[in-house]
Amino acid sequence: MGNNSLVSIADINKAEILEILEAAAYFEAHPNHKLLDGKVVATLFFEPSTRTRLSFETAVNRLGGRVIGFSDAGTTSTSKGETLKDTIKMVSNYVDLIIMRHFIEGAARYATEVTDIPVINAGDGANQHPSQTLLDLYSIYKTQGTLNDLNITLVGDLKYGRTVHSLIMAMQYFNPTFRFVACEELKMPEEYKQFCRDKGITFTEETNFSKDVIDSSDIIYMTRVQRERFTDLMEYERVKDRYSLHNSMLDTSKPNLKILHPLPRVNEIAQDVDDNPKAYYFQQARNGLYARQAIICRALGIDLSTINRSSDC
Amino acid sequence: MSASHTSNKKSLAVAALRNGTVIDHIPESTLFKAVRILGIENLQTAVTIGNNLESSKLGKKGIIKVSDVEFDENTLNRIAIVAPKAKINIIRDYEVTEKREVVLPDRILGIVKCPNPKCITNNEPVQTKFDVIDREHVILRCHYCGRALTSQDAVIE
Ligand SMILES: [Zn+2]
Repeated sequence: MGNNSLVSIADINKAEILEILEAAAYFEAHPNHKLLDGKVVATLFFEPSTRTRLSFETAVNRLGGRVIGFSDAGTTSTSKGETLKDTIKMVSNYVDLIIMRHFIEGAARYATEVTDIPVINAGDGANQHPSQTLLDLYSIYKTQGTLNDLNITLVGDLKYGRTVHSLIMAMQYFNPTFRFVACEELKMPEEYKQFCRDKGITFTEETNFSKDVIDSSDIIYMTRVQRERFTDLMEYERVKDRYSLHNSMLDTSKPNLKILHPLPRVNEIAQDVDDNPKAYYFQQARNGLYARQAIICRALGIDLSTINRSSDC
Repeated sequence: MSASHTSNKKSLAVAALRNGTVIDHIPESTLFKAVRILGIENLQTAVTIGNNLESSKLGKKGIIKVSDVEFDENTLNRIAIVAPKAKINIIRDYEVTEKREVVLPDRILGIVKCPNPKCITNNEPVQTKFDVIDREHVILRCHYCGRALTSQDAVIE
């Protein structure tokens, strides 16, 4: 990859992550800085995701760029059997940047190999979704004032949840302590536990979402436990409420605690949590706009350090 | 080198090879994958394939003897995907003229199929690409979808 494409969180190092977070902070303070004047950006959503698409398109618009694209592959030539390669090559003739989401895993990586235009992966099946990870990091950074030395509790579907896997990868630079709270069927895969051991990251595994765990957390990252993930539906019925958060459970939690969730939520966070100032998932989604503005600028070769310096004055 | 000649000649005498290649110490469970990697189905020369032979190192082992063919190094190294401890003997005029170990490449192009049906390599005409992430246990990771697999699970294209 000879350009500034962003396919996986593993494509960027610690310095680049911090640069993106600083730029996100700048865009939060100055959301309408027209850095993309004259640029055209394609949003190619082979799989519909209104939430992610609107966030990216708002980011481009606020930066003063223009957007072309589609929001559903059913309306494109893909439905006529055109290969991804041909679609990417065709679109590359028109735009300065491609933001793409696809249900096929590895689609974005492959796209970077068939075009010289930078590509941002807005999700490829169960594989990668790096802008989600960066907005998660920005949310943690913003609410805790640091990324270092935090107690982070991951709850729910830790087996299939790509957001929690990517978060572990990204936090490797910041000395976190993780708690993995999940039922047996959805526990953290060995691969990621081995990653933690290799990087010297402390973690514990819990099947109970206990008071002790909650009261010692700086961040609780909730994920959805989906029924279709279970081979045994009896097991689903047994555990579905065990990993739900209710407001009363937060009574003795740390004052700096924030609750994150990639959304959409179903019933893993009760409505009564929403009014608690520790609930942060709606602001978290808004942070996605600023993180994506930073990611888009980086992909287009706009020097983030210049932007970050201008934020000092 | 020369000291080992006699013993090698002895062990290979079963189907004495005048010229060619002997691939020894292949795990019995992956022998036929090794056969596919070498593309032996398409060869016209004499081939002897033995399996479940006694081995002091592996318990049971497989062996492949191919007459009149010397494989290039890249092809032989691909054997390491399924038989990391394989030993290569090049035979010329009944003598073992060269002994080689296989070396697992860092990256494997083609040969192995990604087991993930949702992977781009199973949905578009894309050559597979795997990074070796654990040399000791021979664990590969798909460059595209990130799926990790062991050599035991590797399906050879
Ligand atoms: Zn794959």
